[in-house]
Amino acid sequence: MKKLSARRRHPLAALVVLLLALAVTGGLYAALAPAPKAQADDSAQSLAIEQGKKLYSVGCASCHGTSGQGSSDGPSLVGVGSAAVDFQVGTGRMPAQQPGAQIPKKKVIYDQAEIDQLAAYIASLGPGPAVPTKDQYSPTGADAGKGGELFRTNCAQCHNFVGKGGALTNGKYAPTLQGVAPKHIYEAMLTGPQSMPSFPDSTMPQDTKADIIAYLKEVDSSTSKNPGGLSLGSIGPVSEGLVAWVFGLGLLLGIATWIAARTTKAKKS
Amino acid sequence: MSTTTEGSTRRGKKPVGQRAAEWTDPRLGLYKLAKSNLRKIFPDHWSFMLGEICLYSFIILILTGVYLTLFFHPSMNEVVYHGPYAPLQGVRMSEAYASTLHISFEVRGGLLIRQIHHWAALIFIAAMLVHMMRVFFTGGFRKPREINWLFGWTLLFLGMFTGFTGYSLPDDLLSGTGIRFADGAVLATPVVGSYLSFFLFGGEFPGHDIVARFYSIHILLLPGLMAGLLTAHLILVFYHKHTQFPGAGKTEKNVVGMPLLPIYAAKAGGFFFLVFGVIAAIAATVSINPIWTMGPYRPDQVSTGAQPDWYMGFSEGLIRVMPGWEINAWGHTLVLGVFIPLMIFPVVLAAIAVYPFIEAWVTGDKGEHHILDRPRNRPVRTGLGMAWLSLYFVLLIGGGNDLWATHFHLSLNWITWFVRIGFFVVPVLTFLVTKRICLGLQRRDRDKVLHGRETGIIKRLPHGEYIEVHEPLSQEQRHVLTAHVQPEPIDPGPEVDENGVERKINPVSKVRAKLSRGFYGENGQIAKPTVEEYEEITSGHGHH
Ligand code: HEC
Ligand code: HEC
Ligand code: HEM
Repeated sequence: MKKLSARRRHPLAALVVLLLALAVTGGLYAALAPAPKAQADDSAQSLAIEQGKKLYSVGCASCHGTSGQGSSDGPSLVGVGSAAVDFQVGTGRMPAQQPGAQIPKKKVIYDQAEIDQLAAYIASLGPGPAVPTKDQYSPTGADAGKGGELFRTNCAQCHNFVGKGGALTNGKYAPTLQGVAPKHIYEAMLTGPQSMPSFPDSTMPQDTKADIIAYLKEVDSSTSKNPGGLSLGSIGPVSEGLVAWVFGLGLLLGIATWIAARTTKAKKS
Repeated sequence: MSTTTEGSTRRGKKPVGQRAAEWTDPRLGLYKLAKSNLRKIFPDHWSFMLGEICLYSFIILILTGVYLTLFFHPSMNEVVYHGPYAPLQGVRMSEAYASTLHISFEVRGGLLIRQIHHWAALIFIAAMLVHMMRVFFTGGFRKPREINWLFGWTLLFLGMFTGFTGYSLPDDLLSGTGIRFADGAVLATPVVGSYLSFFLFGGEFPGHDIVARFYSIHILLLPGLMAGLLTAHLILVFYHKHTQFPGAGKTEKNVVGMPLLPIYAAKAGGFFFLVFGVIAAIAATVSINPIWTMGPYRPDQVSTGAQPDWYMGFSEGLIRVMPGWEINAWGHTLVLGVFIPLMIFPVVLAAIAVYPFIEAWVTGDKGEHHILDRPRNRPVRTGLGMAWLSLYFVLLIGGGNDLWATHFHLSLNWITWFVRIGFFVVPVLTFLVTKRICLGLQRRDRDKVLHGRETGIIKRLPHGEYIEVHEPLSQEQRHVLTAHVQPEPIDPGPEVDENGVERKINPVSKVRAKLSRGFYGENGQIAKPTVEEYEEITSGHGHH
């Protein structure tokens, strides 16, 4: 231990750490990023790409261009990776419909197999972040406390402290994160949809992403009970003030009216 | 009273109560005090119970507050959490925050008491505001009650700050953001801003002192001041006797109602428990300020939807909609975007405080008033009150602009612009509309007195005409509608003297005369029916 901490201060230590970090990210990248050509020979894979291409030309090409190069109605999809497709189509954002301030979530119209095929096709256009595996995004064993801290530092300014969502400028909004599947949370961080920044593994390592997912699971009011009673949407003091006025003072004024009416009226009749 | 030596009655001893009274009375003189006060008359009206709601919620605040002090640690020392709330396990936090978590999850009844305390605070200030507006709209602040208006106003003001210091104590992310906001306001003070901030926080924000300082302000200084003021307020209510609404048998010289003892006291005592019950019921079912979801305060974190409690919402609104102007000069920055809102706040508050004096000056009203005004009979005052309420409401919309945006699918920028324009336009419109409505109601009162109440019964006359039967009002009802005095506007005297030379009228009296005409000129009130008019109509052809 002593030795290590002494070496940590060595002038070359920073360089070593940097090289190590580079090697690790590089290795990870090689392992995770779909290597387009090498695997394309795999027959199952190429079949999926083939199918995905068909689906793509029917449902997506009108906006994203015949080969994903983009058009005036949609950005280029070259290099967005399978994670982006799985998120966008899996949460029902894509295919987009009418233009607006922000493309909303809708009913998912593709089944998972079709989404995988679409993702495989887009991934074949250029390297990009891949759909995470279950042990990457699973919250089991992750540290919800740490996740909470990370969430408040990186996400709460848009999504509120328990992920209830909030407003952004010009009609845009950060949606609620309640009930969003862990895989989609992971992918959102990885790809940064629309006005959300992306949090690639270089700035937010995999296990901290799982910590955040664990935190969001803990505070999801649809699964965990709020010790204080009705949570009023967990949106802070505005809804509390409304309740104080409408139910608190409203009820008390009703009672006051009732008491005041009791004597004077009773006397008269 | 002085011959209490033998102390023996039919069964040996006098009842305990009597003996206790006989022991204490010569020493405290309570009997005389009680005799003159306990038979005080209190008129009955629901709006006269608003003050009571304030009083009872204040008592509830003190009681629950004392319980909370037993467990709260006002310290900003850092600890690591190992309590029962899983999502915060292992998180570093201040002792203040940790002890609030402890109260919420481990102290018996702690969470309920915390929630009662906080709900009572919201309701307390809401009740004060409504009480103040009741006094305002009915002219309850006129001579001799101006001082009591000021006492009440100070209570409202102190109440807001007690609330602010209170929700800053748990040192959670939301309250820390609130303190940060206050720090921003302090920093925007020209020249001395940064010194003030250093002084307040005992160093660089957030420092290590602010919670402990706010704690003594919150539990000692402000409640102490408020308790004193409240007592003075109530003593003055007793001393002046309560005002009453116009009605048969009610004059400027009497009070019609229930004696304090036993009827009023019984009702008031019952009312206390109802207030307590309502607040406790809300606190038992609805969560308030769930600090565990917000996490401990860290200056590098912030959440969306970070609002203050409702009574500070207007200040949030002012800041949110104010364009971020700045002036840079001589190496200093004047942050107008914060400084202007910071100035609007005291100006509006001061305007409310001095209103009774301004109105008395404008209208030249020097008389004592114990009969309340019906708001419609003072259209300008009622209009001003509504205008200020509308301004307040517009600012609250600004303070919650993000929630309006998400919940009503509006653009945040649109709401901001609505509030910016509304800040100037809505109060003016509200004033004009309210005044109109008041004048309309006065006109209707006049018609009712002269022509009676519309009964809704339609009668067909022999020659085929349909008329609605009007039923004359009872004498009592006519009294209510015509009892008010209609003052004349102040006359500044003729513009020219008898020789036709322009008279020099001092500009202040000119403004005063103008304002006075606004209050009581022909556009300010509808002449109430005179006795002659009434008699002419009732004696002649009757209804039409
Ligand atoms: C109506 C036009 C339209 C259609 C149809 C459509 N998209 Fe999109 N898509 C968009 C637009 C516009 C964006 C950019 C959204 C933004 O970031 O503001 C987008 C973004 C995306 C992104 C995210 C790109 C990134 O940079 O992360 C993916 C992935 C995507 N689309 C996939 C699809 C797929 C797959 C389909 C077919 C199932 C599809 N889209 C159909 C318009 C469309
Ligand atoms: C700048 C504001 C901003 C920040 C910071 C931010 N997000 Fe988002 N987030 C958004 C917006 C805007 C969307 C909606 C994107 C869309 O609809 O395509 C979104 C969408 C999401 C979604 C998808 C929700 C759904 O309904 O499918 C998830 C999950 C998510 N964010 C998680 C996070 C996490 C976790 C963090 C922190 C690491 C974070 N966000 C940080 C703005 C933000
Ligand atoms: C701690 C807060 C307060 C308490 C406990 C309180 C209590 C009371 C009570 C019990 C009364 C008599 C009954 C009634 O008319 O409701 C009263 C009257 C009065 N209050 Fe308050 N009040 C508070 C705050 C205020 C405020 C904020 C104002 C105005 C700025 C105010 C101004 C007055 C005036 C002028 C009267 C006499 C009115 C009349 O007799 O018609 N009070 N108060």
